[in-house]
Amino acid sequence: MLGEGILKGLGETARNFAGSFVSADRLTTVQYPEERIAPIEATRDFPFLVYDGADWEAGLRCVACQICEKECPPKCIYIVKSTDKKPDALGKPQIYPARFDIDISVCMSCQICVEVCPFEAIKMDTEFELSTTDRFGGLLYDKKELAKSNEHFHKVHPTEAAEVDARLAEEKSKAEAKAKAAAAAAAAKAAVPATPPKPAAPTPAATPIAPAPAEEKKP
Amino acid sequence: MIEKADQIFVLLGHWLVSFLPVWLQQPVLVLLGVVCIIVTFPALFAITVLLERKGLGRMQNRYGPNRVGPYGIFQPVADGIKSLTKEDIVPLNADAVVHFLAPVFLVVVVFMGYAILPIGRNMTLVNLDAGILFFFAIGASTELSVFMAGWSSRNKYSLLGAMRAVAQMISYEVPLLMSSLAVIMMTGSLSPNRIVDAQNQYTFGLPHWYVFTPWGLAGFILFAVAGTAETNRSPFDLPEGESELVAGYFTEYSGFKFALFFLGEYVGMMGIAGLGATLFLGGYSAPLEVLGFVPSWFWFIAKVMVAMCFFIWVRGTLPRLRQDQLMNFAWKFVLPLTLLNLFDAALWRFMGPGLLRWFVCSAILLVAYVALARIGMTREKFGPRSYRYAE
Repeated sequence: MLGEGILKGLGETARNFAGSFVSADRLTTVQYPEERIAPIEATRDFPFLVYDGADWEAGLRCVACQICEKECPPKCIYIVKSTDKKPDALGKPQIYPARFDIDISVCMSCQICVEVCPFEAIKMDTEFELSTTDRFGGLLYDKKELAKSNEHFHKVHPTEAAEVDARLAEEKSKAEAKAKAAAAAAAAKAAVPATPPKPAAPTPAATPIAPAPAEEKKP
Repeated sequence: MIEKADQIFVLLGHWLVSFLPVWLQQPVLVLLGVVCIIVTFPALFAITVLLERKGLGRMQNRYGPNRVGPYGIFQPVADGIKSLTKEDIVPLNADAVVHFLAPVFLVVVVFMGYAILPIGRNMTLVNLDAGILFFFAIGASTELSVFMAGWSSRNKYSLLGAMRAVAQMISYEVPLLMSSLAVIMMTGSLSPNRIVDAQNQYTFGLPHWYVFTPWGLAGFILFAVAGTAETNRSPFDLPEGESELVAGYFTEYSGFKFALFFLGEYVGMMGIAGLGATLFLGGYSAPLEVLGFVPSWFWFIAKVMVAMCFFIWVRGTLPRLRQDQLMNFAWKFVLPLTLLNLFDAALWRFMGPGLLRWFVCSAILLVAYVALARIGMTREKFGPRSYRYAE
């Protein structure tokens, strides 16, 4: 019968209209500035630099190897290597980034910098309220603005951070074991011959986690 | 006291002009009436827009606007400021004069329709004997403004929208007139005041509105359908179908001219709703005799606003028609039914009082409704769509 569907439709909209006042779960809108939903764990938008310990400058994991700068598709990372070396979180002297800038307005959140970093030094953040009145300076983040603690990383991406920590700990223990073995071997060697080759012994300890600096020469 | 409240605006107007010399009193009184209409109905338009945005939101399980003021009640103010401060762009190749005149003409014409509507007891601005005729004559010239807008914009979408609008408005003007003709036949007058007076009687406390008769109900529904189409209102809003025509005939309008179109459209809708209320819903008369103490102008405005809410409800429910469906519906279904309704009204008049005429008149209309739906509106004819692609 003609008009039946129209009446049915009118009933449906009337039910929606009345129902939206009665049951709150009909209204799926999250009224953003006042209400928010927690971001899901896979959320990622812009990269940040992880540091260990309390002092951000001393604890940066980044050793300015510039792999991320080279890999970045839109070229939004700018790194200046330091000329001197400073002890890193493990106490080993390392080159550190004198400047590390990321232009957030250029970054396309591809996460390639995170994937290529051999030091777990750059990770993705979930902070999205980044609007600013200065569209040039305000969106160019320097080292200080990018540095965030490992605890922050644990907070935004707990699973990934735990994995990273486990991996780093494993590497560290491996390196220590290797160093110990090398030291033991050196000691054994020293015990047998009269003149042992002394300086070679402790150096291999650090090599497994520091492969990069070979690339630093520019063409 | 009740009489005073009912006539408050009339008395106020007379009191105001009593300070003027006699020869000036009549023109100033009319001018005051014009000003009242021009202030009241745009205010109702603002309320309607708010109701529409909130109501449509609720129908789609959204909140609707709720930021400007408590519960978003100042949203129309914000909208108004926005459209006033926007840049007014006229296309380089457009006919600038006609482009400017089209929205102005629309608004003027739409407001002229209110001249004959009895907004309350003794509150008709111009008491014309052929008021209904005047309303339809003026209402038909909105087509001109729509076509002016479409033609002067020099835009294919505008022109297509305007052509659709004119085709649609002319098609639906016929059933609109035909359905109100039954009322005019019954009352024997084209004067809106006489039509309201004829309905402003009560038996057992119930009103003699025409909508409570078989032919009146059918006429009212047909009038509502034709009126919706006449004002380019959803589901008959093909002339401004966003999905295919950007915005139809006002594609090239921005800023205040667009706001004028918007205003004209809604004020036109309220005009049609007011005419429908006058013809079928007893105009300014109360729905029950016991409610007679409420001022008459309140009832008129309440009826108009209820009609607007119904328009909003329909807009929230029905999808837009296709052009062929629109024409099919007008010529094969609505028009035959309105013609039959004329006959039905005559039958009702000459069968005299009694229960028999209720059965006969209802049966005729019901049978015709079912038969026309079967014959004219079956879907087999459209069939499944076949597509042909370029080789």
